[in-house]
Amino acid sequence: MTTPFYVPPEQLMKDRAEFARKGIARGKSIVAVEYDSGILILGENASGTLHKISEVYDRIAFAGVGKYNEFEQLRIGGIRRADLTGYAYSRSDVTAKGLANAYAQALGNIFTQEVKPYEVELMVVEVGADADDNRIFKITYDGTLFADRRFSAIGGKEDALLEALDADYDEGAPLTTVLGWAKAACSSLTENGVAPGEWEAAVVDRLNGRRAFRRLESAEIDEA
Amino acid sequence: MTPEAGDRLPLESTTPAESFSALLRGRGVEPRWDVLGDVESVDPPEATTVLALRYAGGVVVAGDRRATAGNLIAHRRVQKVFPADGFSAVAISGVAGIAVELTRLFQTELEHYEKIEGRRLSLEGKANHLASMVRRQLPMAFQGLVVIPLFAGYDVETSEGRLYSFDVVGGRYDETDYTATGSGGRDARLYLRTVYREDFTEDEVLAVAVAALVAAAEEDTATGGPDLKRGIFPNVVVVDEGGYRDIEEDRVATAARAAMEASS
Repeated sequence: MTTPFYVPPEQLMKDRAEFARKGIARGKSIVAVEYDSGILILGENASGTLHKISEVYDRIAFAGVGKYNEFEQLRIGGIRRADLTGYAYSRSDVTAKGLANAYAQALGNIFTQEVKPYEVELMVVEVGADADDNRIFKITYDGTLFADRRFSAIGGKEDALLEALDADYDEGAPLTTVLGWAKAACSSLTENGVAPGEWEAAVVDRLNGRRAFRRLESAEIDEA
Repeated sequence: MTPEAGDRLPLESTTPAESFSALLRGRGVEPRWDVLGDVESVDPPEATTVLALRYAGGVVVAGDRRATAGNLIAHRRVQKVFPADGFSAVAISGVAGIAVELTRLFQTELEHYEKIEGRRLSLEGKANHLASMVRRQLPMAFQGLVVIPLFAGYDVETSEGRLYSFDVVGGRYDETDYTATGSGGRDARLYLRTVYREDFTEDEVLAVAVAALVAAAEEDTATGGPDLKRGIFPNVVVVDEGGYRDIEEDRVATAARAAMEASS
């Protein structure tokens, strides 16, 4: 019988975290910023068909960075969970907090128990009846859950993004202004900036009616 | 038999990712109305007359507001016309409790697909799915619990309104001009046959839809006509190029008054 090598748990977790962080850092980051009537989510995405930002439920949107197949699987799981809850109870019983908690549990389990941790970071945002009820949650590869206010970022370069957004941010700004800040923050990460048409952006806006989610057209993003 | 290429890939899961009702079935929580023995002792409220017409801009769907249980009026303000999604509407007749639940399931199904796949189902796809939901109710129909919907929508691919009627076994039929179902459906169809034109404007089609419901209410006790005293008017909705929209109640009320004056 062979004795397995002893690996201290600290080392094991460190190795896994490093592996996940490396994978995430290879991709592009995504930011979420609150504006007067909702929350904007924006990221660089050259593909017009493979989305990183998506509608989950009436007032809730999802964004993922990292490995596409992994966050896509989490996105579908989230939509299923939200639709099942809303169908079994009421539409108002589906909340971003519940969903973010479920994602945190799932990613936490995967991080410690699967052969390979997921190389993803997620964001779950919910637009509330007024700005105080807005929710922005961030879930990292190891299942750590953060509740952010006003703005947030996921992906490898979030510190730089948050710094840039913090310099600009002003409460109650309209969408076009906020779009400008978000684009400037993302462009500042690359040397040559981001080409027009290579953005993906969506909003959850409380003025949109029951389904608050709306994708922004390329022209609308490029104008701001 | 030798396995075909692709047979071992998990591409065809038993629960299609995009189907909400398959998801419910997989979890064992799909709505069921299993009835053992006969149901003659049960007399659930029934929703009665609904109709739909095609016009130049799209489709209009209308329904009266009465639900009956046997010869009693069970509810006076029932809603029988619902948005199915942004570009289609569904109207129900038959056992109200089952029909309303099926509508809720159908709405969730369409939205679920749209969110997962990032696009709406085609109009025909939606109609086919609704047909399969009606078909699954067939055992209940043998027990006397019948549900017959109407489905209408704007086909964004061909830029035209389309109507679908259904039968109790889940048969799905394309209707070219107008259709009506429920206890007063026959009277409504008779009325529509005499007045229907293809080139109706939205105002005209609204007037005709309401007048057909008034005509049905004159002949059929289970169909509720406009109730001026209580202020109860039919539900009328339009689906056109811009999508689904409810017609404001005061416009329906005006049309209802005109129709009642003309018929008396």
